[in-house]
Amino acid sequence: MDITLNILRYNPDSDKRGHWEEYKLEAEPDERILDLLHKVKWFDDGSLSFRRSCAHGVCGSDAMVINGENMLACQVLVKEVSNPIKIEPIRGLPVIKDLVVDMEPFFDSYKKVLPYLINDDEPGERERLQSPEDREKFEDTTKCILCAACTTSCPVFWTADSYIGPAAIVNAHRFIYDSRDTADKQRLEILKDVNGAFRCRTAFNCTSACPRGIQVTKAIEDVKRKTLTIN
Amino acid sequence: MKIIKHSFDGVIVGAGGAGLRAAIEAAPHMKLAVITKLYPTRSHTGAAQGGMSAALANVEEDNWNWHAFDTVKGSDYLADQPAVDILCKEAIDSVIELEHWGLPFSRLENGKIAQRRFGGHTIKEGAAPAFRACYAADRTGHMILQTLYQKCVSMGVTFFDEFQVLDIKIDDGICKGVVAYEIATGDIHIFEARAVTFATGGFGKIYKVSSNAHTLTGDGPGMLYQKGIPLEDMEFYQFHPTGIYRLGILLSEAARGEGGILRNKDGERFMERYAPTIKDLAPRDMVSRAIATEINNGNGAGPKNDYVYLDLTHLGAETIKQKLPDITDFVRTYVKIEPINEPIPVQPTAHYAMGGIPTDIYARVLSDASGSILPGVYSAGESACVSVHGANRLGTNSLLDIVVFGKRAGQSMVDYVSSTKPSSLSENAAEELVNKIERLLEKEHNPEYSVPKIREELQDSMEENAKIFRSDETLNNQTKILKNLRERYQNVTISDKGSVFNSELLEAIELEYLLDMSDTTVASALARKESRGAHSRIDHVERDDKNWLKHSFAFKNGDEVKLKYKDVELGKYEPMERKY
Ligand SMILES: Cc1cc2nc3c(=O)[nH]c(=O)nc-3n(C[C@H](O)[C@H](O)[C@H](O)COP(=O)(O)OP(=O)(O)OC[C@H]3O[C@@H](n4cnc5c(N)ncnc54)[C@H](O)[C@@H]3O)c2cc1C
Ligand code: FES
Repeated sequence: MDITLNILRYNPDSDKRGHWEEYKLEAEPDERILDLLHKVKWFDDGSLSFRRSCAHGVCGSDAMVINGENMLACQVLVKEVSNPIKIEPIRGLPVIKDLVVDMEPFFDSYKKVLPYLINDDEPGERERLQSPEDREKFEDTTKCILCAACTTSCPVFWTADSYIGPAAIVNAHRFIYDSRDTADKQRLEILKDVNGAFRCRTAFNCTSACPRGIQVTKAIEDVKRKTLTIN
Repeated sequence: MKIIKHSFDGVIVGAGGAGLRAAIEAAPHMKLAVITKLYPTRSHTGAAQGGMSAALANVEEDNWNWHAFDTVKGSDYLADQPAVDILCKEAIDSVIELEHWGLPFSRLENGKIAQRRFGGHTIKEGAAPAFRACYAADRTGHMILQTLYQKCVSMGVTFFDEFQVLDIKIDDGICKGVVAYEIATGDIHIFEARAVTFATGGFGKIYKVSSNAHTLTGDGPGMLYQKGIPLEDMEFYQFHPTGIYRLGILLSEAARGEGGILRNKDGERFMERYAPTIKDLAPRDMVSRAIATEINNGNGAGPKNDYVYLDLTHLGAETIKQKLPDITDFVRTYVKIEPINEPIPVQPTAHYAMGGIPTDIYARVLSDASGSILPGVYSAGESACVSVHGANRLGTNSLLDIVVFGKRAGQSMVDYVSSTKPSSLSENAAEELVNKIERLLEKEHNPEYSVPKIREELQDSMEENAKIFRSDETLNNQTKILKNLRERYQNVTISDKGSVFNSELLEAIELEYLLDMSDTTVASALARKESRGAHSRIDHVERDDKNWLKHSFAFKNGDEVKLKYKDVELGKYEPMERKY
């Protein structure tokens, strides 16, 4: 089928601001949007820049705005979106070039929530035990691939990039609800901050944007509730 | 283009499982930098699905010697047995350590780490399939990568994210550092470092249909090969039996570990004919060959008779949801079928490089076939060949390899750094790389010599001539094709002349590594006149222990490949016929 791709291009070497560029190409209905971007880059315009690696939705490289919604380009097929297809970089992070944004602020927020297991008890020679029920409590939030689709879909984040954002809260949740971790208080203190979980206005954009199907808004609500239990 | 100089004691190239594990070991003892062309969490370790083996005996009796037996037998006796012993023995503590660092393994009712069956893993030296693979649903690699990265964050390890290393500096046979390209700016960074570990992962992109990421282009092995370091056992490339038809996206062996069955177009469970005892859980080389044979005999399904089915329909919705959530989602997303109700079209997909940079059991890189060591250079993970996988890796043994030998690489860096003094890198260290880049930026673009064109022909032809079944004829053919592609590569051009995120430039440089990987694969395969593990010659169908119980070492010799050989280190297990 004939496809028209409209891509928001920006090259800091030559452009003052972004501009739309139109590309016409042939595609099969079951090709990925990422395949189309490759076709443009490989056979039409080699200067188009975007990130990608795994090509099947597990590495988190290629979150972008496709027809107005945050998605991974490698996870959406041509037949699932309407033609012409509009592609823009994710919002709220500085654009470096074309579809590539500066991820540093995003990873800085992630690092703020102490995203690692904290437990100073001597674990012994074997594994710490954890019941399947306890393990299940944080199953959903272990799935995060740090693609930033959730955070950059959040209207609060667009207006105030000091907001720590859904992805960081999801990663805090992953440890707060892990029975082996002992630092939930520390993390909850961090998330009580003015730029923490209570900035969330439950718009649910993050939940629909998550390519891993994580119940992001629910995780944020869990964390908010838990925050109220510490003093 | 700015040139910026840094000084470290040690540098780790790559932030997948192997690189991160090495970093955790080395960081407390030296000034260390981890340089990675992808954000660490984007590394392909995150794509690993099914599990990581260790004889924890959480489900049933097990012992690391049985694990070692299976690994050696699975390797078709090409693995070095002392190295296999280390892998299987250290597996147990490695898994426990990851758990202590927070890895959210799936759990048994009693709270212990859950374990599942996997291809080629047995109890009592072949008696029955073993429950040995520790897992976290079907996203074990994701959890390993996240956990190791989290640990590095907690330790404050220094990362250079989205910096691509493109040159290593070796003066008078001693390592001096590396030169990297900063992807966001186009600047060149010289990293002075006397210890360098390469953990750059595999090179599945030499084939058309692959489970590997676009970024798996053999950079580490390529860089060293171009400096005269040999590559070991390159003819042994693993094709995983169950890639999604045409796409190559992996459907883990865990699917069969949980009871999934392969069927041909008539619905027959054909593995019963090829491996009567463990059937669908035979090692990958055998299952991939069985599928290829079924297809060649006209038993493939579909209009072109070119795939078989992976049938999960009898497992039930609950097992699928609990144990195989991700891979069944891939099927829903990319094939639009419901695996709970319908069998899945699959075909073998290029998956894992058994070969790579030769190392000893301390992850030290060898510079020749007689075991000489290249001081200060280490490698671990899929880029390395210890060899613990020999001619065919067992599933779950790579996630193990990356942590066991990643740790050893880190330890070796510490030993080396603490017993040597800093040495400086000459001011013109970046010259070679700067020249290479300037040539590409200055040369006028000619679409005839574009990267995608040459790369596509490379991948198509490797798929055609150097895949599961090989012969003198196909390999000679491929040698000619590679020669032609190499000539055209000399004239390669790019259209993007910019400095910011110029991925076309990087793809051009990576293409040379892909050509190196292909040249060495084909030359080693052509020379090896036997069939062993993943290397199946239709013109030499038997394994030949008398002449070929040895590792190949492929050296760069101008545009040719020169081969030397090194004997396999045997141990407890005498080579015997591989029956399952
Ligand atoms: C889909 C899939 C499923 C798998 N499932 C399993 C499984 O269940 N069990 C198992 O044991 N094995 C499995 N494997 C195999 C296993 O996952 C890999 O072999 C292993 O993860 C490789 O880890 P690594 O650290 O060596 O490399 P990778 O994780 O690939 O990391 C490579 C790193 O090197 C960096 N890099 C590369 N080149 C450069 C350069 N020039 N400069 C700077 N940085 C560079 C990259 O940025 C990346 O950080 C699977 C593999 C695949 C593809
Ligand atoms: S390329 Fe990895 S998530 Fe899309």
